[in-house]
Amino acid sequence: SLFWSRSVQTAVARLYHADKVATLGSQPDSQSSVYQENYERMQALVKELKDRADKIKLGGGEKARKLHTSRGKLLPRERIDRLLDPGSPFLEFSQFAAYQLYGKEEVPAGGIITGIGRVSGVECVIVANDATVKGGTYYPVTVKKHLRAQEIAQQNHLPCIYLVDSGGANLPRQADVFPDRDHFGRIFYNQARLSSEGIAQIAVVMGSCTAGGAYVPAMADESIIVRKQGTIFLGGPPLVKAATGEEVSAEDLGGADLHCRKSGVTDHYALDDSHSLHLARKAVRSLNYRKKVDVTVEPPEAPLFPADELYGIVGENLKRNFDIREVIARIVDGSKFDEFKAFYGDTLVTGFSRIFGYPVGIIGNNGVLFSESAKKGTHFIELCCQRNIPLIFLQNITGFMVGREYEAGGIAKDGAKMVTAVACANVPKITVIIGGSYGAGNYGMCGRAYSPRFLYMWPNSRISVMGGEQAATVLATITKDQRAREGKEFTAEQEAAMKEPIIKRFEEEGSPYYSSARLWDDGIIDPADTRLVLGLSLSAALNAPTQKTRFGVFRM
Amino acid sequence: TKGPVRFASVGRIEKVLIANRGEIACRVMRTARKMGVRSVAVYSDADRHSMHVAMADEAYHIGPAPSQQSYLCMEKVLEVAKRSSAQAVHPGYGFLSENTEFAELCKQEGIIFIGPPSSAIRDMGIKSTSKHIMSAAGVPIIEGYHGEDQSDDKLKAEAARIGYPVMIKAVRGGGGKGMRIARSEAEFHEQLESARREARKSFNDDVMLVEKFVDNPRHVEVQVFGDQHGNAVYLFERDCSVQRRHQKIIEEAPGPGISAEVRRKLGEAAVRAAKAVNYVGAGTVEFIMDAQQNFYFMEMNTRLQVEHPVSEMITGTDLVEWQLRVAAGEELPLSQEEIALHGHSFEARIYAEDPNNDFLPGAGPLLHLSTPQGDECTRIETGVREGDEVSVHYDPMIAKLVVWGEDRSAALKKLRYCLRQYNIVGLNTNIDFLLSLSGHPEFEAGNVHTSFIPQHYKELFPTPQAPSSAVVCQAALGLLLQERTHTQEFRAQSEDVYSPFASSNGRRLNVLYCRNMALKLGENKVEVAVTYNHDGSYSMQIGGEVFHVSGQLEEEGGASYLRCSVNGVLSRPKLVIVDNTVHLFSMEGSSQVDVPVPKFLAGISASATQGGAVAPMTGTIEKVLVKAGDRVQKGDPLMVMIAMKMEHTIRAPKAGVIKKVFFKEGSQANRHAALVELQDEEEASAE
Repeated sequence: SLFWSRSVQTAVARLYHADKVATLGSQPDSQSSVYQENYERMQALVKELKDRADKIKLGGGEKARKLHTSRGKLLPRERIDRLLDPGSPFLEFSQFAAYQLYGKEEVPAGGIITGIGRVSGVECVIVANDATVKGGTYYPVTVKKHLRAQEIAQQNHLPCIYLVDSGGANLPRQADVFPDRDHFGRIFYNQARLSSEGIAQIAVVMGSCTAGGAYVPAMADESIIVRKQGTIFLGGPPLVKAATGEEVSAEDLGGADLHCRKSGVTDHYALDDSHSLHLARKAVRSLNYRKKVDVTVEPPEAPLFPADELYGIVGENLKRNFDIREVIARIVDGSKFDEFKAFYGDTLVTGFSRIFGYPVGIIGNNGVLFSESAKKGTHFIELCCQRNIPLIFLQNITGFMVGREYEAGGIAKDGAKMVTAVACANVPKITVIIGGSYGAGNYGMCGRAYSPRFLYMWPNSRISVMGGEQAATVLATITKDQRAREGKEFTAEQEAAMKEPIIKRFEEEGSPYYSSARLWDDGIIDPADTRLVLGLSLSAALNAPTQKTRFGVFRM
Repeated sequence: TKGPVRFASVGRIEKVLIANRGEIACRVMRTARKMGVRSVAVYSDADRHSMHVAMADEAYHIGPAPSQQSYLCMEKVLEVAKRSSAQAVHPGYGFLSENTEFAELCKQEGIIFIGPPSSAIRDMGIKSTSKHIMSAAGVPIIEGYHGEDQSDDKLKAEAARIGYPVMIKAVRGGGGKGMRIARSEAEFHEQLESARREARKSFNDDVMLVEKFVDNPRHVEVQVFGDQHGNAVYLFERDCSVQRRHQKIIEEAPGPGISAEVRRKLGEAAVRAAKAVNYVGAGTVEFIMDAQQNFYFMEMNTRLQVEHPVSEMITGTDLVEWQLRVAAGEELPLSQEEIALHGHSFEARIYAEDPNNDFLPGAGPLLHLSTPQGDECTRIETGVREGDEVSVHYDPMIAKLVVWGEDRSAALKKLRYCLRQYNIVGLNTNIDFLLSLSGHPEFEAGNVHTSFIPQHYKELFPTPQAPSSAVVCQAALGLLLQERTHTQEFRAQSEDVYSPFASSNGRRLNVLYCRNMALKLGENKVEVAVTYNHDGSYSMQIGGEVFHVSGQLEEEGGASYLRCSVNGVLSRPKLVIVDNTVHLFSMEGSSQVDVPVPKFLAGISASATQGGAVAPMTGTIEKVLVKAGDRVQKGDPLMVMIAMKMEHTIRAPKAGVIKKVFFKEGSQANRHAALVELQDEEEASAE
């Protein structure tokens, strides 16, 4: 690892003739009916995605927004925009958190906006309460999203900036917000632990920080408060009155003047939102942080093919096959891909590439996993860990092959090897679910449980333990057998009637929106944005120092 | 007998001291260099880093900034001349150029004074003497009666002798009081009485003089040159009629509409004038000319004039070279017959001044300066570079733009074209005014006279137009691209040079990034909602209108150009962003758009409307009227400043409490320097 641990140097252009890399991909027949149908369907899905996102972007209702801005406050997204380096991108997470999750209650983006962006040149995790959504109170998913942001900060070693404007825990749902390990208290636990790991914690108090919320600025390394706007107290004026009869205004009880002059709970006094964000940018500049990228980087090249061709290649119909290499060709630098073990276990495609100049090892599904494919995947993961190359999983998997022959061939053992490798790999892992994500395939291809640094879904994708069709059939078969044992009849109509709701339910629960609402992923993305999202994710992931990988026991 | 033979005698002057500064010093040095004559510069404290010092072969410090103690100090100049063993002193214009004593002193010290003999300077320096000499030499002069006989009859008889129209003027008069014009004998009596009445009332004295009155006169002058061998020639006339504050602003040669006959007469009269005083070197005979092209001697300037380049341009001569040769004792390089007039030339003087404020002279740094490309037909005579300061101590002229064309309209077109490329940021200039002046139909028609500016005031000072939305889009694009440049610089310094986070594409997931840019046009705020499109273009919404904008910055000759498209219309204005202002210069004119400074930065900003009060120009603090802790209302006087010989009262831009006073009486404040720190009432009470 001596070689790799050297600090980054732009790889010197040493393109000898023999070093030229064959490019991947081919021009699709854009006139074919399959391509056109695929294109139209995917385009419709992307449009739906963007329409929904546009609505979520607004946050709470018009009335709430007006009230918010009438107080001279900036809307949360505007706060983030002004915090970031001007014009720089923002990698937002889980826009669809809480999407259709709380019945009639709409909680756009879960009432909290999280993501990664550059502040004074430093990639930071930003967590911003949206006070226009239910006063910025914490629903269970709000807590989950906040914790996930902190997890991302921890895994990728990114400073955290909290733009606090929240009424605290959502009281009617306190039981699902307060007591458990991964509930409200964990936020402050994380702040302490992150700080102890040298990950800066900066809080900007732009609204209320009541009760538990008071600990966000109090636990921060450095905190900023906006005068006549930010308040911090353990008990608000109503509680104080109830408890002691003392009547006091919010500003006197916990405003900027009190905390900057008397209590010392906050460190910087801001005149307004813009000023506080300016101070936050200065605080980041004073972190004396330098990103050290522990991999080689090369000048990026755009892929040779337009990204929107992915629509026509992949489409919506998961039963339709496509060559994963065509997808890779539209994501990686210059469509260059050094394929590894091209002729062995070919239902899994592995190889080296670069995305925005960063080296990556790509693992993509090209069909069901066999023993060979699993072993090839394991080998490749070992290579990447040895070489400190981040792994990208392009997941479109129905599962491992089933059947007597394969069980006898030890597919469970070989699958386990790949799962072990994925689980233990300490290089940055990023997963994109571009089609189906079913069963143990999800494990082998680095599903959520395998802690990829980031996990994204395409709008056409589906995630469930098995396909709805298969699940319904399995359940119908069991029922049929049971009925048969009881000597009862199980008609085709009965079977269809039984299967239908199951299929429907799987369909609903397998939707990326259902997943994203529950934070089973970090966001639904336009396939055409995959390259950019991966580039941003890699850039963020490379903030963390290299960790050595030690694999567990591989069953041989 | 041209060429090497004549050059040989210039050998007497190996080294010339230029007792001047700015553009004329540079102008002289250029010719000196061409002729192989070494140049010696002198400089004051204020000019230590000036262009003329950098251009000279040697430079000597001669004292503090005020010219009385430096450039006007004869002993110091002569001492440098001796110390540097310069054989000659070129005085330029202004300063010591028409100083008899200095010319005399040079002679005593055996140093060649490049100019006429001191006697000519003296004679021409006294108005009455010069008129007598000219009259005697047969040069037409303005007739007048200044006698003691104040009887009505005598005055009327004198008026008849002089010829109507005449001006009847109180001897003690001033400011137009006690002054009447009689256009004919019929109205003489009435006007005389009226003038007397007014004079009595105003000055308690009704002694009158009568003079020839020239209605809307033109100012026409003839360049003459004499040598030590009794030769004198003329290099045709210049028209310098268009003036402001009695100073020339735009000059041309030859005079428009002047017939060959009159031209010859003018020239010959001027040569007679020169010969009458045994003139040597470059001189200018000034005439006033009426609408019938009758001309009358006014005065003779015994120096190389500011506007000499226009004469050079139409005659293909180098008058500084002539000066040096003649001073060395050579004969004039050309005889009268050899001097031919070819084409037409204009000179526009670019000043640091505010035409909208009665041409109030200004001073300050030239934060940005870009000029048209100089060539055979285009001369940029200047003594400053970008980054230099136009000093409060000297003339605020920044440059002379001189152009030549085959005829008047070609030259005028060229002048306007070049003026548009003359772009200055940092101080007010008269460039826009020169553009509207040179574009005026009456000016184009050559109908120039000394009242041109007051007469056409309305058209010359159009109500300023707010920049169009398209211009606002360009400014916004300029700011975005500047931001992008900064990001790229930052990225280049980082270890992680290719990170997509370092791009300026404003990408957001699944939604488009839209930001509100608040800009200011004068005092009016403009909100521009900028949407970052994925193809790198921007949609900008101003009011209800959406513009599709894209473009990039191009660097050329040290200036930035904004190659941009606004709704499909392509343009390429020059872009200068200094502090919080975006300046756009295009062939359509210049415009500026301000970026408001956030409130929290106002304390350290340069904007006058926010934070404290700032110095309107560089000057000296005369009086401080407030102290820390004082409560002031908007408009209350805070300080009095003396700048450019004018008093300026600096007033509170808003109500509040004085937190700090940054200057004390007698100290010097730079333009835009914050004078006091003013705190909002509200903030003050929060403290």
